Amino acid sequence: MTADLSHGPVCPVPLSHRETIILGHGSGGKLTHDLIRLVFKRWLSNPFLNQGDDAARMDSTLLAGTPVISTDAHVVKPIFFPGGDIGRLAVCGTVNDVAMLGAVPKYLTASFILEEGLLIKELDQVVQSMAEAAKEADVLIVAGDTKVVERGKGDRVYISTTGFGIIPPGHGSISGANAQPGDLVILSGTLGDHGIAVLSARNELSFEVHLESDVAPLNKMIQQVLSAAPHTHVLRDPTRGGLATSLNEIAEQSKVDIHIQESTIAIKPAVRAACEMLGFDPVYLANEGKVIAIVPQIEATAALQAMHNHPYGLDAVIIGEVTVSDTIHPCVVQHTPYGSSRILTMLAGEILPRIC
Amino acid sequence: MKYTDEFRDAARVKQLADDLRGIIQHPWVIMEICGGQTHSFMHYGIDQLLPPEIELVHGPGCPVCVTPLEMIDKAIALASDSGFILTSYGDMLRVPGSNQDLFSVRASGGAVKVVYSPLDAVQLARDNPDKQVVFFAIGFETTTPANAMSIIQAESLGIKNFSLLVSQVRVPPAMEAILSSPANRVQGFLAAGHVCAVMGFWEYLPIAEKYQIPMAVTGFEPVDLLKGLNDLVTMLEQKKVGVINSYPRAVTLEGNMAAQASINRVFQPSDRAWRGIGTIPMSGFSLRPEYVHFDAEKRFDLGHIKTRESEVCIAGQVLQGVMKPPQCPGFGTLCTPENPLGAPMVSAEGACSAYYRYKKMTS
Repeated sequence: MTADLSHGPVCPVPLSHRETIILGHGSGGKLTHDLIRLVFKRWLSNPFLNQGDDAARMDSTLLAGTPVISTDAHVVKPIFFPGGDIGRLAVCGTVNDVAMLGAVPKYLTASFILEEGLLIKELDQVVQSMAEAAKEADVLIVAGDTKVVERGKGDRVYISTTGFGIIPPGHGSISGANAQPGDLVILSGTLGDHGIAVLSARNELSFEVHLESDVAPLNKMIQQVLSAAPHTHVLRDPTRGGLATSLNEIAEQSKVDIHIQESTIAIKPAVRAACEMLGFDPVYLANEGKVIAIVPQIEATAALQAMHNHPYGLDAVIIGEVTVSDTIHPCVVQHTPYGSSRILTMLAGEILPRIC
Repeated sequence: MKYTDEFRDAARVKQLADDLRGIIQHPWVIMEICGGQTHSFMHYGIDQLLPPEIELVHGPGCPVCVTPLEMIDKAIALASDSGFILTSYGDMLRVPGSNQDLFSVRASGGAVKVVYSPLDAVQLARDNPDKQVVFFAIGFETTTPANAMSIIQAESLGIKNFSLLVSQVRVPPAMEAILSSPANRVQGFLAAGHVCAVMGFWEYLPIAEKYQIPMAVTGFEPVDLLKGLNDLVTMLEQKKVGVINSYPRAVTLEGNMAAQASINRVFQPSDRAWRGIGTIPMSGFSLRPEYVHFDAEKRFDLGHIKTRESEVCIAGQVLQGVMKPPQCPGFGTLCTPENPLGAPMVSAEGACSAYYRYKKMTS
């Protein structure tokens, strides 16, 4: 192709860099401001964020109750997967962590580490997902930061979010250390959807799985559970390490044994099939939209009903109970349908597929 | 789910366990060869349903556990070289070598990639023509056909930068080694169903005859395990010798002929060292001379590897069924899945990890 010089020589116009992230987008200068305007403010605009200062001023009337803060860094490969993306994950992960203390999540901050070369339309899609998840969870993203690293020094986009919430008066004792002998253990739905959905999205499996991640904000369902079962002792989301690891953490914190019935645990056929093929145990797979609730026996039915009344808890079941631990090391025991049992330990290292 | 639910059915399991209690009259020492079966017994708690007359001893059928330390050190040496990409099944990454494991090599910049199949490693070689891609070919007859296929495929595609670090082992010579040992206590075998799905069970008939012992080819689900035990105990009580196929939905006498043909095309039986046990004659496979250019050990100078085993670990005795994992002074204290001293604590098929994972309370 030859240049059209019929209008005489022209000054080379700098590229606008509207398609891909370059190092300059993290410089704090014009490119950064363009990115904030065209992407972040487009989706996340709210009075706190729009103050435009170095920090956001909060609403002091919130302080009736116990403030709660949590932070989480999100890295996932690929950044888009069936049922969600890293944006939805970054909002839900932190919203859920705040909600697991019985708090009402209010505000989030978000830090982005972008890898040079990321398409701006991909970032736009991620931020749109964050906005949608934040709206669903009824939280505002009030502050943020963006840095760009050289190509090869990151994996497209990392998002770190910090969440702030308030525990309403009277709900201050929910903790992993608060499980009591006699309590029942409720699981809000199927196990392993997120873990297998992400694995299959990596195209590393030689078979196809039709499955969506369960990534979801659980705070509203949890508020309903707490209205129905105000003496709930423990809430925990079984994310990395899965159900087995979360229950072990609770047993250790509360110095109790936890007994679960294998036959009560719901697992989608696609997850089961993938686990059978790869030799994974679903109790170790990651979930991003499930909660373990440990509640006094007398409130268990009400808590279960509250979950069933919410779209994210339709498959909730009572999976076990808490007992006194008579060993130095509290443990989690899984009972099989055959009348036998085994110890469920924490996940050690990475989940690895079996050889043969 | 079809093909699993019916073999995990609680009523059938209870019935078979009741039947077994009715059949058994004498104490018997039974070895399940395959580490996958060791884990199935404990995962489903089937060992708790067995009559007290049965003592299960756990065999050497864990591919990760029996891979010699020297081979792991060789894999580590290859992975540490910037000209190489070492590919492996995931379990091998955690196995301690003399000084480090493959995970640590990866963390310090070595190219170690987990693959699900050796054919993925062939593809990686195509995608990285400037690197030497080596697949760590470990395991029993179950993994051998796929490894053979990787060589056949690499050859037909003219791929020159692919090779295997071969540590393939065979079950029948290991059984003979156990049976001919003066310390042997094993009176009957559960033969590994998946190995027999590939190889058939014709190789086992002369062994059963020579050592006057019964064997039951057994699957991996709860119903399969109990069916195998029922058949084996029936033979033991009736003083019968021979091989019974208790896993006919997957296994035939002659096995998978196509798989065996690809093994025989690429590999030939050879002496092999087993970690913790020593060299067993003709107990492994090596590449045939015409495929020597795919043999990483022959192709690359791996120097003089000096190995150093943990002084505490009793993996050898565990693998031969002479000792049980909790008898090890390091079990559960010095040696855990997070910090393994020996391979049986690492693998999803290792006896020590099975005891640790499922039986922590009784240790």
